Amino acid sequence: MIPAPFEYCRPTSVEEALGMLGEGGEDAKLLAGGHSLLPLMKLRLAAPSLLVDIGRLRELSYVRDAGDALRIGALTRHRDVETDPLVAEHAPLLAHVAGQVGDPQVRHRGTIGGSIAHGDPASDLPAAALALGATFEVVGPGGSKRSIAAGDFFQGFLETSLAPGEILTEIVVPKATGAGWSFQKFNRRAQDWAIVGVAAVRNGSTGIGLVNMGSVPLRATAVEEALAGGASVEEAAAHAADGLAPPADLNASPEYRAHLARVLVRRALEEASSRHG
Amino acid sequence: MEVSMTVNGSPRTDSVEPRLLLVHYLREVAGLTGTNIGCDTSSCGACTVLVDGESVKSCTMLALQADGAEITTIEGLADGDELHPMQEAFREHHGLQCGYCTPGMVMAAVSLLKEIPDPTEAQVREGLEGNLCRCTGYHNIVQAILAAAKAPARAAS
Repeated sequence: MIPAPFEYCRPTSVEEALGMLGEGGEDAKLLAGGHSLLPLMKLRLAAPSLLVDIGRLRELSYVRDAGDALRIGALTRHRDVETDPLVAEHAPLLAHVAGQVGDPQVRHRGTIGGSIAHGDPASDLPAAALALGATFEVVGPGGSKRSIAAGDFFQGFLETSLAPGEILTEIVVPKATGAGWSFQKFNRRAQDWAIVGVAAVRNGSTGIGLVNMGSVPLRATAVEEALAGGASVEEAAAHAADGLAPPADLNASPEYRAHLARVLVRRALEEASSRHG
Repeated sequence: MEVSMTVNGSPRTDSVEPRLLLVHYLREVAGLTGTNIGCDTSSCGACTVLVDGESVKSCTMLALQADGAEITTIEGLADGDELHPMQEAFREHHGLQCGYCTPGMVMAAVSLLKEIPDPTEAQVREGLEGNLCRCTGYHNIVQAILAAAKAPARAAS
């Protein structure tokens, strides 16, 4: 399978990338690791006119300690998030989830920012970002900057609140040092997407992100509210699919996904509680 | 557009279309057909090569993304007539049946041992999650990689 023809450019700075993206207009796309975009292009489900290859902008590949948060460059590869000692100490959920994405080959190329900007409801990392209460730093035309909370970022199927011409530059993750956490990924083969996945962090309050339970990565707000109201883990987990419309595909019906969500949220909360430092 | 990379130790520069995938570049431009195309959807791992020493599915990378990189394919592992220890271990332990997945398996295994020089069997099995063998010959593949990890020479080089 061969992608439709496109123009290609490789900026050497974020500033240059913004200029190229702006000139390319609405049909231009950023290329990072390419492990979400290139498969879509090969299937001709995406046909951008211009690829702006930011994959080797080293200035966007880092993990930094910023006091009460970690700052992770958008082009940090899954493999680097998985093995970074700062992430392991302060956001072990994120390190674990990065290690569950795809397979080693995918993790050698795919980036955290690429995964989040792609906004796939079946991806693991957006759910982890939601559970951790992450914030995304964005730079736009002319260098204008804004911050978007993970909870406000995912707008529709493969649609985010990033505007054309904007670049996701950094993922800010509040430290959850010593917090209880769990990631439950239910799939049929090791490298598969989750049929349903649950990321949970318990750190006083509880954050829960759901994989593949709707058209966007979701927070399990009904469960979070039940827990905040004093419900037991078992009582709260029963609300895991409340108000949601999970998709149907070859792997699972909506009813089966709803059942999985309730079971996996319970398991995630139990494991997170047992790990609570 | 012009692309330059080092393939199995030899630098080369070619003019390519932006949409040319690395696997097609290696097979059709560089003439190295040892790297197989299996699923063509980044699932099966048959097209695995090393990019700067790390395993990558070459069907999911543009040749232009490899500009300036060092690529190693299955053809680049042996030292003349002397097989790489991973190749030797696959032969010794009969780590192949039809052989189609083998180049990708070997490259994934070399990358795995770089990251985990002395893996457990479970780590080998997990490390191969990106490579499918339709003969289901996993058992001997795993045994070969465990043996290569114990080989004194340069299994991860």
